[in-house]
Amino acid sequence: MTAAIPSTTLVDSGASTAKARTGRLGRMDQRAGMARARLARPWTSLLAIVLAVLWTIPTFGLLLTSFRPRQEIRTSGWWTFLQNPATTLDNYTEVLFGSGTQFSTFFVNSVVITIPAVVIPISLALLAAYAFAWIDFKGRNILFVAVFALQVVPIQVTLIPLLTQYVQWGLAGSFWTIWLSHSIFALPLAIFLLHNFMKDIPPSLVEAARVDGAGHVTIFFRVLLPLLTPAIASFAIFQFLWVWNDLLVALTFAGGSPDVAPLTVRVAELAGTRGAQWHVLSAGAFIAMIVPLIVFLLLQRFFVRGLLAGSVKG
Amino acid sequence: MNSMGRRRSQITAASAAGLLILVGACSTDTDGGSDGENTAAAIDCSQFEQYGDLEGKTISVYTSIVDPEAEEQRASYAPFEECTGAEIEYEGSREFEAQLPVRLTAGNPPDIAYIPQPGFLKSLVEDFPDVVVPAGESVVSNANEFYTPEWVDYGTVDGKLYATPLGANVKSFVWYSPSAFADAGYEVPTTWDELMDLSQQIADDGAIPWCAGIESGEATGWPATDWVEDVVLRTAGPEVYDQWVNHEIPFNDPQIVAALGTVGDILKNDTFVNGGLGGVTSIATAPWNESANGIPDGTCWLHRAANFYQANWDESLEVAEDGDVYAFYLPGKTADDKPLLGGGEFVTAFSDRPEVEAFHAYLSSPEWANAKASVTGQGWFSANSGLDASLLQSPIDQLSYELLTDPSYTFRFDGSDQMPGAVGAGTFWTEMTAWVASDKSDEDVLAAIEASWPSS
Repeated sequence: MTAAIPSTTLVDSGASTAKARTGRLGRMDQRAGMARARLARPWTSLLAIVLAVLWTIPTFGLLLTSFRPRQEIRTSGWWTFLQNPATTLDNYTEVLFGSGTQFSTFFVNSVVITIPAVVIPISLALLAAYAFAWIDFKGRNILFVAVFALQVVPIQVTLIPLLTQYVQWGLAGSFWTIWLSHSIFALPLAIFLLHNFMKDIPPSLVEAARVDGAGHVTIFFRVLLPLLTPAIASFAIFQFLWVWNDLLVALTFAGGSPDVAPLTVRVAELAGTRGAQWHVLSAGAFIAMIVPLIVFLLLQRFFVRGLLAGSVKG
Repeated sequence: MNSMGRRRSQITAASAAGLLILVGACSTDTDGGSDGENTAAAIDCSQFEQYGDLEGKTISVYTSIVDPEAEEQRASYAPFEECTGAEIEYEGSREFEAQLPVRLTAGNPPDIAYIPQPGFLKSLVEDFPDVVVPAGESVVSNANEFYTPEWVDYGTVDGKLYATPLGANVKSFVWYSPSAFADAGYEVPTTWDELMDLSQQIADDGAIPWCAGIESGEATGWPATDWVEDVVLRTAGPEVYDQWVNHEIPFNDPQIVAALGTVGDILKNDTFVNGGLGGVTSIATAPWNESANGIPDGTCWLHRAANFYQANWDESLEVAEDGDVYAFYLPGKTADDKPLLGGGEFVTAFSDRPEVEAFHAYLSSPEWANAKASVTGQGWFSANSGLDASLLQSPIDQLSYELLTDPSYTFRFDGSDQMPGAVGAGTFWTEMTAWVASDKSDEDVLAAIEASWPSS
C-alpha cells in the first residue's frame, strides 16, 4: 500500500541520510533508521495516529468515568461529559479508604509479591542460560529443549498439585507460595529468551576473555552481564506486568487474606458481594494501573529492543 | 559504555524507590491493626462464659461476602472476640464457590465457611466426606431451638446436621415507588389477577409497567430462575414445587410449562416490558442490579427482586412504605394463598477444634443475630427466632422478617440453590437466558433443562 504513494522530498532526504550513515551504525540502528523513514510517510503516520487514538479511547473513557458520580455514570455515557461536567473524587475515596483493610496494605503486598517474583526467576534463568549457552556438557541440547517444552504446561493444571505440595510443606498462605509459583511459571520462557540473547554475543568475545584467564564467574559478571542489560530489563518488565496483574495465582495460593492478598484481589472484590458497588471499579482500575504504567514508561526503550533481540533467533 | 552506566544507575534508582515504598508501607501496617477494636464498647460478657476461655486461639472464616458487607460481618464478631479472647481471621472472596473445592482438595480448608446454597453443601459433603465436619452438640441444640425444622433441614445431609443458617433473604417482592403509586392512584395488588390488572392498567395509561434484567456476569440468568420458582409456587403450589425441586416430577412437567407461560405473560409481553431499557430481549442484557432504576427515573413501575436489592438503590432514595421506593409482597393466586420464596447462607465447619465449635455455636445463637442486626444498615436479616426485629434498621428487612416468621406464609427455599449445580447454577441459568434472548419456546427450554439433569 505504501509503495503506491508518491515519495515526497521529506522521505527521500530521510532515506538518504539513513543510507549515508549506515557504515558507522550497527544493524539495530540501521533498522531503526529505516523504520523512522517509513513512519515519516504521511499516510502511515495518519494510520498510526488513528490506531493510537482508537486504542486509547476506551482507557480515556474509563478515566473520565472514574471521576463521575454514580448517578451520572448510570444515566449517561462518558462522551456526554461536556454537556454535564459533574466530577467527584468519591469513587477514589471509596476505593482508597472504603474497605476494612487499608488500601495501602494491598499495595504493599503487591510490591512485596512482585519484586522477588521478578528477581528470583531472572537470577536463576541467567545462570541457567549461561550454562546452556557457554558450558559444553553432555545432553545440553536435550535438556534445553526439555526446559523450553515446559512452557507448554498450562498454569491451570498445576494449581491443585502445587497447592497440595505447599500445604504439605507448611507454606500455604505465605508469600513464599506466590514467589515460588511465579518463579516456576516464568523460568522456561526466561531461560529461553536469555539463552538466545547470550548466544547472540560473538563467541570471540568470550574466547578472548578465556585466553586472558577469566573463569566462568568472571566471564559471566564482567563480560556477559553488562551486554545483557536490555534483555534483562525487557524480561523484567514482562514478568513485572504479569505478576502485578495476576489474580489467579494470588487467589489460589495466597487466598484473599489481607496479610498477603495483592491489589488485584482487592480490585476483584471492589464491586461488593452482589455487585452494588460497580461504580468504583473504574477508579480502582486506574489506581491499580499507575505502577505498571510508570514501570513501563521508565523501561520501555529496553523493552522494544530486548524483545527483538532475544526472541527472533532460534 | 557511558550510556550503559546511565542505564544501570537508573535501574538502581528504580529498585531503591521500591525499597523506600516497602519501608514506608511496613510502618503504616502496624497502626492499621487497632481499627477494629474501637467498635466493641460495653459488651455484656456473661453470655459468652459457656464458650470458655479461647485466648490465643484463631478461627479462620472463608465466605463469599466481601466489603462493604464484610465489614458488618467482622463487626458482628467483635463481642465474641472481646469476651472469649479468640481471634477471627475473616476472608471473603467473590470466587468463593470456585476456590473452596480447590482448597478442600489441596488439604487447606478454612475452619468455617459460609455456604450460599444447600445444593452446594450437599455436593461438598458427598465429595469431601472426611473434610466437612458434622455440627457439634451445642450447635445442634442451638439450631433446634432457634430455627424452624425446615431451616434445620436445609443444613442437613443424610440425616446429619452439617450447617446452620446464617442470614436469610426473601425474594417474593415487587419493588415499586409508593409516591408515584399515590400520585397515579394505583393500589398495591393483593392477588395475582390484581397484579395483572394493574400491569394492564399501567400499560393502558401509556407506560411500560415492568422492568427486569438478568445479566449478572457468569451467573447471568439467575434472576429469571427466581421468577419461575416464584410463579411455580403460585400456580402449582408448594407440594408440586418440592417435587419439582427434588426431581420427583420431570423438570418439564406440564404444570411447570404452565408456570413458565405465566411468567412469559409478563416477561415476554412487549407491552409490559422492559421499561426504559428496550424490548423483551433487553432483559437478557440489562444488569440485574441496575435494571430497576427505571422506577425512580419514571420509566417503569414494577420490578420483582429480593429484599437485598435495597443495596442497589441510589443512596439519595428513601426506602420506606411512604418513601421513594419500597416493595410489596408478590401476591399469590388468592389473598389467602401466600407462598414465600427466599434463600440464605449456611455456616459449616471443617474442623472439630473446640474453639471452632464455639464460634459455630455463637453464629447460630440469637446473640450473634442481634449483634449482626445492630451493625447492619440494610440487606440482612436472619431466620433465627431469637432475633429482635426492632434491631433491624431497614423497613424492608423488618418486613421480610415479619413475612418469614408469619405462619400464614408458606416458606420455600430458592429451588435453583437446591438443585444439582449442573442445573441450578448451569442450564437453568443459560436456558432462561435463551428463553428471553432468542425467544426459545417454553417447552424447548424446560425440555433442555430436563435433559441436562444429572442421572443418579
